[in-house]
Amino acid sequence: MSDMSSMSGIGAGSATPRQWRVHVQGWLLLLPAAVLLVVFTHFPVGATLYHSFLSNPRPNRAAGWVGLENYRAMVEDPVFWQVLGNNAWFAAGTIPLSIALALLMAVWVNGRIPGRSLLRLAFFTPTVLPMIAVANIWLFFYTPGYGLLEQLTGLVGLPSHNWLGSRGTALGCLMVVTIWKEAGFFMIFYLAALQSLSPQLGEAAALMGAGRWYFFRRVTFPLLMPTTLFVLVNAVINSFRLVDHIVVMTKGGPDNATALLLYYIYDVGFKFWDQAYAAALTLVLLVILAAVALGQFLLLDRRVHYQ
Amino acid sequence: MTRALETLGAWLLGVGWALPLAYAVWTAFHPAEYSTRFVLNAPLTLENFAKAWAAAPFARYFVNTTLLVAMILVVQLVLCTLAAYAFARFAFAGRAAAFLLVLVQLMIMPDVLIVENYRTMSRLGLLDTLWAIGLPYMASAFGIFLLRQTFKTVPRELDEAARVEGAGALETLWRVYVPLARPVYIAYGLVSVSYHWNNFLWPLIVTNSVQSRPLTVGLQVFSSVDQGVDWSIITAATLMTSGPLLVAFLLFQRQFVQSFMRAGIR
Repeated sequence: MSDMSSMSGIGAGSATPRQWRVHVQGWLLLLPAAVLLVVFTHFPVGATLYHSFLSNPRPNRAAGWVGLENYRAMVEDPVFWQVLGNNAWFAAGTIPLSIALALLMAVWVNGRIPGRSLLRLAFFTPTVLPMIAVANIWLFFYTPGYGLLEQLTGLVGLPSHNWLGSRGTALGCLMVVTIWKEAGFFMIFYLAALQSLSPQLGEAAALMGAGRWYFFRRVTFPLLMPTTLFVLVNAVINSFRLVDHIVVMTKGGPDNATALLLYYIYDVGFKFWDQAYAAALTLVLLVILAAVALGQFLLLDRRVHYQ
Repeated sequence: MTRALETLGAWLLGVGWALPLAYAVWTAFHPAEYSTRFVLNAPLTLENFAKAWAAAPFARYFVNTTLLVAMILVVQLVLCTLAAYAFARFAFAGRAAAFLLVLVQLMIMPDVLIVENYRTMSRLGLLDTLWAIGLPYMASAFGIFLLRQTFKTVPRELDEAARVEGAGALETLWRVYVPLARPVYIAYGLVSVSYHWNNFLWPLIVTNSVQSRPLTVGLQVFSSVDQGVDWSIITAATLMTSGPLLVAFLLFQRQFVQSFMRAGIR
């Protein structure tokens, strides 16, 4: 490593004025960002933990220590378990599909397909649109009676169906929106990775008579592994972070069938104003995200080599 | 044969992907009675846009979002540049630990800390201001990380040459590092602007008046309260709010795509 202190060329022992200056300057440069990070990231994490052990303040009584009471309520709250289940289904549905589609799109758009730039435009455009606007469009798309989906299903003679109003289909509809929004975003990373692969690999394989599918399975896909893991981590985080469309399309209904964890936190914290319980719920979310971070750390360090 | 099938598949997927947006464009530019009738000679109109514009303070929302996005970007650029410079070129005590603490924000984004950050904003008396929306995002771990990687690739000789000429730390940063990192600044800027133009949940929570509401929240208030089910007007408003970003994207498609690529490759 080449740093300011090594430039001064003085060994350990008593710090020289030069070294002191490096410490002071370094911290001063970091200070403004550090203050904001501590106030809006590290402090809230600690405060979440603390507040999850307190009760809600009442007009004539301050918040008091209740120990694990909020967590006991959580374990006994059927909605919490339903929401957790929803989120698991949501993650299981959106993550693999959006990654697979992203890879497919990238391979297509990277090849010599007719109308390539138009296709790339079609795939990527959802990424730059606000989720909230997109949700409005999809809400219209799913509208019972005269939405486009109903018109298409009506054309083939299927009976009318309230897609967002039925417990069986509502979450699936939201998953479709999420996949639609995310796949093009992930495609970009695969595209970048594909373009950095050497074309000679493909030529060599073709010379040896390897089929395209075989080549993809045995050469391209393994080489794309770092990208896949990067995209995977992003997809997992997004499946716990993206709830904008729920606010517009279903408000968590019907019967909490589409409430995800962060949406439930929003509901509990800012509609019922039960901030103590919301803190306990937030802690669950933080633990999940920490587990993802840990998993990423172990996976990326062990299995994949970044250049 | 397989080639033809693949092309067909790609195009089917492409059309499917473009369909919701195309549908919205159709609805917004035609009178309401054609919103579900697709005939080629349907008259075009801008009236839906005019009605939407008149029905809610969209001009104010546009000003709010523009100010918000600009404010966040400027502060982010300054703070992240300084911090990244410190991490890249100063071996200060506790650097490794501090860097790890910064990276925490990559996983635990302000988006999920809504309950506690709302409490903080309320204590600071900032509720219902643009600052409340922007502050949690201004020290961006992602920006610090991206710029640190870039600054580390700057040849040391350039740094030393500037020092020999008598430049201090900040002057060296400004004259040597910042110009060399320009493509990264553009990439980060595009990603940041589109993120905050589109951000919704946190602004929804901390704002409650026209004075501070950004477009996304304004659109939601408008479409859920005022309009009932007049889809022509709602889709017009929807396209309007995404319009500037969409137009910018169509004009600078290559830069956008490359920026998102650059920002993703760590």
